[in-house]
Amino acid sequence: MNATDTADAVPRVALKGLSKTFGHFDVLTGIDLEIRAGEVVCVIGPSGSGKSTMLRCVNLLEVPTSGSVEIDGIDITGRKVDINTVRSRVGMVFQQFNLFPHMTALRNVTLALRRVRGMSKEDAGEVARKSLAQVGLADKAGSRPAQLSGGQQQRVAIARALAMDPEVMLFDEVTSALDPELIKGVLRVMTDLAEAGMTMMVVTHEMGFAREVADRVIFMDAGAIVEAGSPSEMFDHPRTERLQNYLAEVL
Amino acid sequence: MDRLERLGDLLFNVEIIVDTLPVLFTEGLLITLIISVGGMLIGLVAGTVLAMIGVSQRWWVRLPSRIFVDLFRGLPAILVIFLVGFGLPAAGFRPFGREVIAYATLALGIIATAYVTEILRAGIQSVDKGQMEAARSLGMSRLEALWLVVVPQGFRRVLPPLTNEFIALTKDSSLVFILGLTLGERDLFRIGQQTATQTGNMSGLIAAGLFYLAITIPLTRIVNYMDTRMREGRPVAAKELPTTAEVS
Repeated sequence: MNATDTADAVPRVALKGLSKTFGHFDVLTGIDLEIRAGEVVCVIGPSGSGKSTMLRCVNLLEVPTSGSVEIDGIDITGRKVDINTVRSRVGMVFQQFNLFPHMTALRNVTLALRRVRGMSKEDAGEVARKSLAQVGLADKAGSRPAQLSGGQQQRVAIARALAMDPEVMLFDEVTSALDPELIKGVLRVMTDLAEAGMTMMVVTHEMGFAREVADRVIFMDAGAIVEAGSPSEMFDHPRTERLQNYLAEVL
Repeated sequence: MDRLERLGDLLFNVEIIVDTLPVLFTEGLLITLIISVGGMLIGLVAGTVLAMIGVSQRWWVRLPSRIFVDLFRGLPAILVIFLVGFGLPAAGFRPFGREVIAYATLALGIIATAYVTEILRAGIQSVDKGQMEAARSLGMSRLEALWLVVVPQGFRRVLPPLTNEFIALTKDSSLVFILGLTLGERDLFRIGQQTATQTGNMSGLIAAGLFYLAITIPLTRIVNYMDTRMREGRPVAAKELPTTAEVS
């Protein structure tokens, strides 16, 4: 794939005037954001700032009130779009892992490969074993989620999303539910992914990860993007008072 | 003292009990099991479908499920049995010919469906919504996600109330006597009742009762065991249950 060529022409993900209202509460107020193929964008900001909602709009787990979401130039909010096909190309990892507890790690990964991709049992198994190996859990294929640590569960969840060979991966505060000693392993896997060229949108409170791995950091507050820039710009020379205050609190 | 003895004989006449046991075993038990197990199977299949319909996001899809449940949970079982057993054939619907047992099974199946629907719907709705989201985020349709991810988890959670429903159904199956079961198609209660009228002694009913208890008491024990296990985890407890999604 000529990632760099296509990246110049069409952004992998483009949010245009994205707004979301719950009742009378404006969660997102006109977000404009473009993400190139292979780019790693970390989204930071206080809780309730709309970070997760924005991320969930990218695979339409939340339906935007107005504005559009484009993936490779195609508006997925359009009526003709088959949302299931779109979602199968957008990987998502959740704060609570959301592994299917009644299935082994392997079946967690093969389920969508077989159901959505229509793969045979053998092919799906092969792909799944590869993705489990990629997150360092090749030996846990037969384990149930309850038999795994939180960190291992989250890595299985990453493998599950990864196996679908997505165009972009969305990470929604994926280490927030983990004990401190388990966070590192998950971040390691994400760093590897970033280095392998995966396009990633990462909502996170892990400032160290954002600083080291992100190509670009987005700071959101009150449903809007307040400031965006390279990690060094954002962390070393924050321009807005709001980002300065936020960093003073979390760092 | 004399009256107490008479009462003892009226209920526990060993001779009558022993005489009734064989026919209870070969005929009554079989018929009772056919009706209640058959009814429960109908209830499980139709109830699963109605429960999945019942959690739809569209009110007009939910509506038929709602109406069915309200109707057949709200009516006395004996009325439903009478309507199906006599009403259907009288109205010209004779899908089972003159097989009374089949109509009886259908009637109990309809009743079971209403209860199973309601139990399963609660089970489905108790599953963390992150499960549906995860399945949808992988590109599965809502129906696929329900069937493969949510329903199996919900089902496991409501196994105790489902078993209770089977116990209730087994007892309610005694009501099919109103359909006039003839020789060879008599359930436990009918045999007990006939023995009672023939002998003028209640011991036949006691014998039938023993059979019901032999079915219901072990099942009650199983329900209690499942309940405890679900509250306290497996006997060898999995130590790490770090997320709400895992709590079962």
